[in-house]
Amino acid sequence: MKSSNNNRRKFMATTLQSVGLTALGGLLWSGYCDEAKSSPLVLRPPGALPEEQFLDTCIKCGLCAEACLNRESNKNRDGTQREGTLKMAKGGDHKLIGTPYFIPKDVPCYMCDDIPCVPACPSEALDMKSLLNEKKELDINKAKMGLAVVHKESCVAFWGLQCDACYRACPLLDEALTLEYQKNERTGKHAFLLPVVHSDVCTGCGLCEKACITEKPAIFVLPREHSMGRAGNHYVKGWDKKDQQRVGDRKIDEIETHDERSQQAPSDYLNKEIEY
Amino acid sequence: MKNLKYLLLRRTTQIGLMFLYFSANAYGWHILQGTFGSSLLFGVIPLADPYTTLQALSAGFLLGADVLVGALLITLFYMIVGGRAFCSWVCPINMVTDLANWLRRKLKLDREEVNYRFLKRRTRYWIMVLGLIVSAIVGIAAFEVFSPITIMQRGIIFGFGAGISIVVAIFLFDLFGVKNGWCGHLCPLGAVYSIIGQKSIVRVKHNHEACTNCMECKIVCPENQVLHMINKESISVTDGECTNCGRCIDVCNDDALGFSIRDFNKNKKS
Repeated sequence: MKSSNNNRRKFMATTLQSVGLTALGGLLWSGYCDEAKSSPLVLRPPGALPEEQFLDTCIKCGLCAEACLNRESNKNRDGTQREGTLKMAKGGDHKLIGTPYFIPKDVPCYMCDDIPCVPACPSEALDMKSLLNEKKELDINKAKMGLAVVHKESCVAFWGLQCDACYRACPLLDEALTLEYQKNERTGKHAFLLPVVHSDVCTGCGLCEKACITEKPAIFVLPREHSMGRAGNHYVKGWDKKDQQRVGDRKIDEIETHDERSQQAPSDYLNKEIEY
Repeated sequence: MKNLKYLLLRRTTQIGLMFLYFSANAYGWHILQGTFGSSLLFGVIPLADPYTTLQALSAGFLLGADVLVGALLITLFYMIVGGRAFCSWVCPINMVTDLANWLRRKLKLDREEVNYRFLKRRTRYWIMVLGLIVSAIVGIAAFEVFSPITIMQRGIIFGFGAGISIVVAIFLFDLFGVKNGWCGHLCPLGAVYSIIGQKSIVRVKHNHEACTNCMECKIVCPENQVLHMINKESISVTDGECTNCGRCIDVCNDDALGFSIRDFNKNKKS
């Protein structure tokens, strides 16, 4: 009787210990994973799902990077192989290990017409559907890998020097990147040729960043989440019929702003003294 | 006399496969592309790691059909040849831990009782389940974040970087820490393959009549709990944790062990 009691106690103790250690492991593991996946400034291959989804869908096989490296067009004139655009994150890269990424300053995306990296993906983390145009063909111009941003203080074109290296390098010249002419008041007789990026067209390939002549590029690609703002739904372009329509179609229960004041009728709070 | 037949066969397979993976990237070969996570055999047949697939699924995203078919193919293959044949015939970490184990024997570390016994062999099953839970919580394949297996494989294919440190860590752990610590106690992938291979067809069979009870097999076996029948009865090694590495067959001087088709007639346990 006594020994069976002891056995039961031992069983309970070991079970408790196992469960406890598992919980400990789970906490440490979860914490580590959560930190490991937070590398916001990383550029993914074309067609990549939004970062959160991409991270759980990418199976880290490297087929995209292999397709990128071994594509027909990736050869020097003497036939030797060039470095591929896509890298697989390794320890020390500070990106989620095993996921593909690229650094435009080193090797930008050359926007191949056939996009070899995307069909290679077995897990659909690189989503072909997002790259189809109206004719249902793969179209690299649909890619949204990032968005180029110009830092005007270090861009020599803003100083009045003539440089259009990024403009010339852009695969979507005059669409994604245009030059804006302005008068240079300092000299009185010269023009500024200022690079302007258009976010609706820019694919984030990074050829501009690669081409930029300054010591540290004055034009550079950031993930779109980090290079774009958002005005919010309550701003309406009064001159835009479509935008007007958007407001006209809205229902009262779709209004998202809920604070103390929105509970009251405008006639009440507008007649009060101003309270800040 | 020492026989190295299966050891050499295994090393050839391991290094050969790694070379094919490496060449897919370096020379654009289309024989075996990708990594264990997901591969492409001859450019058409998809293969995928069952555990990585499970993690990705529990992280909450429906994967592409290629991965699901690939995971199914791999599972079926190892259900036949023995789940943990992956561990001893394919996995590159096996070479690291085997080296550590060999050094342990040479340095006589085992005799000195330098073995931490708090680590149980069943820990790997806990880790396996935990990996799926953590994947679900964090939303990424949790084991892949530090899996030394794929880190080493990607290292061979794409370059190691600081990733080499985890491989060294596993080596040190197995050499100075727990005997067969990683492969035999912790690796959740090994746990998955143990389960997959539980009913496998190819198994090691023991011939009790020929055995002289020298126990060489038990010394060399990385999972020697599976050899409980040595010098007791003539049955197959049925435990899924057996890696089908064939080291026991190599070291046996009495022809008491050999690969065979699983003995379906006899009871699994006596």
